[in-house]
Amino acid sequence: MELHTQIDSAHRPTREASASGAFRSRGSSRGLFPRILTFSILFCLWLVLSGQYDSFHITLGVISCAIVVIFSGDLLFPGAQIGGLIRLGFRLTAYVPWLLYQILLANFHILYVVLHPKMMDLIDPSIIRFQSMLKDELPLVIFANSITLTPGTITVYVSVDGEFQVHSIDKASGEPLPGEMEARIVKAFKED
Amino acid sequence: MLDIVVIFLLVSGLVFFTGGAVGILRLPDFYTRLHPAGKMDTLGSLLMVLAVALFNLHDFTWMQLITSLKIVLVVLFIFVLSPTATHAIVDAGVRAGLKPWTKKKE
Repeated sequence: MELHTQIDSAHRPTREASASGAFRSRGSSRGLFPRILTFSILFCLWLVLSGQYDSFHITLGVISCAIVVIFSGDLLFPGAQIGGLIRLGFRLTAYVPWLLYQILLANFHILYVVLHPKMMDLIDPSIIRFQSMLKDELPLVIFANSITLTPGTITVYVSVDGEFQVHSIDKASGEPLPGEMEARIVKAFKED
Repeated sequence: MLDIVVIFLLVSGLVFFTGGAVGILRLPDFYTRLHPAGKMDTLGSLLMVLAVALFNLHDFTWMQLITSLKIVLVVLFIFVLSPTATHAIVDAGVRAGLKPWTKKKE
């Protein structure tokens, strides 16, 4: 199997450089809201992790969070709009329970395969390739991690423009890909 | 009542962890072994750590709640990290040129 050919061809320096350049300029030019959001998330994390609520420790927390936001405030939500972020959050929370259910199914499937006396007859590993219609980085990462967590499949390789190589443990578990999972992620990230 | 839920979560977590260990021992090659390692450990640790977080809420105080929140944060990180780590290991195998095991065609 020629797994390496696509890995080599996928490193496209020009495209990645231009993408990161756009990322930088877009993040620094605007966006007070992403910074405030980042600050609140960091500060909630500080409050939970520190657990001491006298004025000294809270002041320390505010100062540290402010420093982090000044240096890298546009890292977490590059170029985000208020409405889009809230809608995206709601849709992602709708996606998570379905994913948990799929993970449960996946685990019972693997448990059955692993404990079956004639395991070698059940498994039939193969590598599947397909092209995803997702384009952005975050949905691709979520999709890849979801594939790894769900029935009988592990993401071997993802390229920047959505080419997947998936290792599946038997024939049946690889067939539904990309299928419903991709449709749900597309729905969660659709801009409208 | 809480104890029953905690015990149930712990036992089911143990079942999945045991399945994962058996799978790592029984499956034929590197890539197939990562299937139980990547999946079962995620769900197993999810269940067991949730059980610990629940058990911690036995006497309900503010500090206990904060501690449970920290434990839930651990679950969240495992959930993101485990598939990513699995992917990194698979990728390392592919880059080293390891061929996936396939069934012999007769």
